[in-house]
Amino acid sequence: MAINPHKHEMPTQDPVVRAGNYNEVALGYTEEIAVSEAARCLECKNMPCVSGCPVNINIPGFIAQIKKGDFEAAYQVIAKDSALPAVCGRVCPQESQCESKCTLGIKFEPVGIGRLERFVADWHNANTTELPEKPESNGHKVAVVGSGPSGLTCAGDLARKGYEVTVFEALHTAGGVLVYGIPEFRLPKAIVAKEVEGLKALGVKMETNVVIGKTLTIDELFEEGFEAVFIGSGAGLPKFMNIPGEALKGVYSANEFLTRINLMKAYKPDGSTPVQHGKKVAVVGGGNVAMDAARCAKRLGADVTIVYRRTEKELPARREEVEHAMEEGIVFNMLTNPLSIGGDENGCVNSMVCQKMELSEPDESGRAKPVPVEGSEFTLDVDCVIMALGTSPNPLIKNTTAGLDTQRWGGIIVEEETGLTSRKGVYAGGDAVTGAATVILAMGAGKTAAKAIDEYLMPNA
Amino acid sequence: MYRIVRKKALNPTVTQLEIEAPLVAKKAKPGQFIILRVDADGERIPLTVAGCNPEEGTVKIIFQIVGATTEKLNHKQEGESIQDFVGPLGVATHLDGLKKVCIVGGGVGCAIAMPIAQALHDMGADVTSIIGFRNKDLVILEDEFKACSNKMYMMTDDGSYGRHGNVTMPLKEMLEAGETFDMVITIGPLIMMKFVVAAAKPFGVPVTVSMNPIMIDGTGMCGGCRLTLNRDGKKVTKFACVDGPDFNGYEVDFDEAMSRGRMYFDFERHAHEETCNLFKNA
Repeated sequence: MAINPHKHEMPTQDPVVRAGNYNEVALGYTEEIAVSEAARCLECKNMPCVSGCPVNINIPGFIAQIKKGDFEAAYQVIAKDSALPAVCGRVCPQESQCESKCTLGIKFEPVGIGRLERFVADWHNANTTELPEKPESNGHKVAVVGSGPSGLTCAGDLARKGYEVTVFEALHTAGGVLVYGIPEFRLPKAIVAKEVEGLKALGVKMETNVVIGKTLTIDELFEEGFEAVFIGSGAGLPKFMNIPGEALKGVYSANEFLTRINLMKAYKPDGSTPVQHGKKVAVVGGGNVAMDAARCAKRLGADVTIVYRRTEKELPARREEVEHAMEEGIVFNMLTNPLSIGGDENGCVNSMVCQKMELSEPDESGRAKPVPVEGSEFTLDVDCVIMALGTSPNPLIKNTTAGLDTQRWGGIIVEEETGLTSRKGVYAGGDAVTGAATVILAMGAGKTAAKAIDEYLMPNA
Repeated sequence: MYRIVRKKALNPTVTQLEIEAPLVAKKAKPGQFIILRVDADGERIPLTVAGCNPEEGTVKIIFQIVGATTEKLNHKQEGESIQDFVGPLGVATHLDGLKKVCIVGGGVGCAIAMPIAQALHDMGADVTSIIGFRNKDLVILEDEFKACSNKMYMMTDDGSYGRHGNVTMPLKEMLEAGETFDMVITIGPLIMMKFVVAAAKPFGVPVTVSMNPIMIDGTGMCGGCRLTLNRDGKKVTKFACVDGPDFNGYEVDFDEAMSRGRMYFDFERHAHEETCNLFKNA
């Protein structure tokens, strides 16, 4: 039988309809599509795809189960290595990871591994009510700081080995960036809640409203009997451009804008937290967070423009997110850099002055630098500006933990193979270490640290 | 959930709650704040800690009923619980080494000034308190301030109690008469703090102000609480939640802070009216 050269399309909501609602954009494969997509897998003996996965899921293994129609068995294969399959199937950049290594991809489109992972996880969630059983305790206590992707993964891996794990979360809901950052239409919050419930069934305790570095310090966690600590505290203070007008009303960091909408549900008509419903919104930046902010603003009824200083080719966001944003009518103003934001007599944003940029010849690092085009200034008519420029690490833990070494820019320094910090028994991973990165890299770091913590606490097991 | 152990109306629009939150009670210091949510789906609001009892595990907050969330909070009774309560956040007021301090509090800001005055008094510092209110009915914590101040000035805007006038009057008079302070610490409406700074400036007395901007997470993630400092001729952006809430009064751009504070004015007024109607109809 000839191989279908194309990945099966992901069924999605119509762009015109979805730009007006917060329901999930991608609808997921049906059983028929999933089996048919799985049939494209060549089951290579050397499994190149697995080497592209930060948590080393047995990809051909789970796809083989889909081929047989045994979706629960497929789920069990994934669950061995991933604590959050329904999340990863949605937000992993598969095109630069597992799928980029797929043998089929040399001549055709690679197997839709991410879409199959999502299908399997959703099938499991829809058809299985059984929660995992709590393993027998090994008597060792581990604290996890932060309930984002790295923390949840680390907690899950340790709990499955019998550790008594407590996760401390600063916000009122567990999930970290999965609940405050990534919008409902890309990752429904019910899915995150379900994954968190699964961890609780394994015996993981979730302590919300505890800010480590404030409510309790790392040293106090050890005094309370925790034998090891994993820090997955995530991203920190949002960056601004330091241009005039950034304190005007109507200028948001992407973190604030997204938190108001996603965590605080400001998009709902009866929401108790306000957010400005801009009519003409500019989002500055080109990463996934910029796409999320732009698409949220669109759903609040705005005309939205992305302002990015390089070209479409350099956009750091996933291709799929860029395409979705374009389909929804978001305008991309490339090679454009803001110079200042203007305001009216009430201190509200009413314009943004930008200049055009051009790319220089690539420098030694091979990267073309954007340089201003003289005399190219122009004014964008906007009433809201969202800065999606990344974050710098949160200082709370660093400032209250003696002997915890950090980079000059604030990231926690760790041994790459273990996640061990300069403090005995203290491990770290995710954005707190790397600066803004992806969900799956954070999960990989959580997994690495869990293994190292297990070897540290149970050296003879 | 966090239980309300005691509730007391300090005046018709200001309420004091003592809330069970043992971890916060153990740590909170004067000048720090907490964030609470009254119910699921509620908004997060920051409130500065007005005192705590580590033995009992309770934290005292004092709030003015200004919007929908504080209205809902005020309808909670003793024994009932609120959804979320997290802290202590922010940096505690720096009191080390202060020997002679003037505390200037305005309105509900006096609730935050009170534990600072108390801490200074307990350290053996000389405390002069100036507290101001719109009128007699709104006066709070008078006895508490008296008990920990070497000198106390009570001011009302309409002259219905204490002395007629605003809080900067006695401060100016003292400074003009040659009185010196290691520090003036002021907490209250932005416009009041701005004028306290202006009054102290000719005399070169250091002024610490306590900022209370709009914020969501309170842990240094959203950036909504940013404010601009003018430091050595340069504009510096700081975050009230992790760098503050206390700042050098001479550096703060008050006009910008006042403008930012009104960002959601219309939304809040509308939400407050709706909430009031809900309670009326209930």
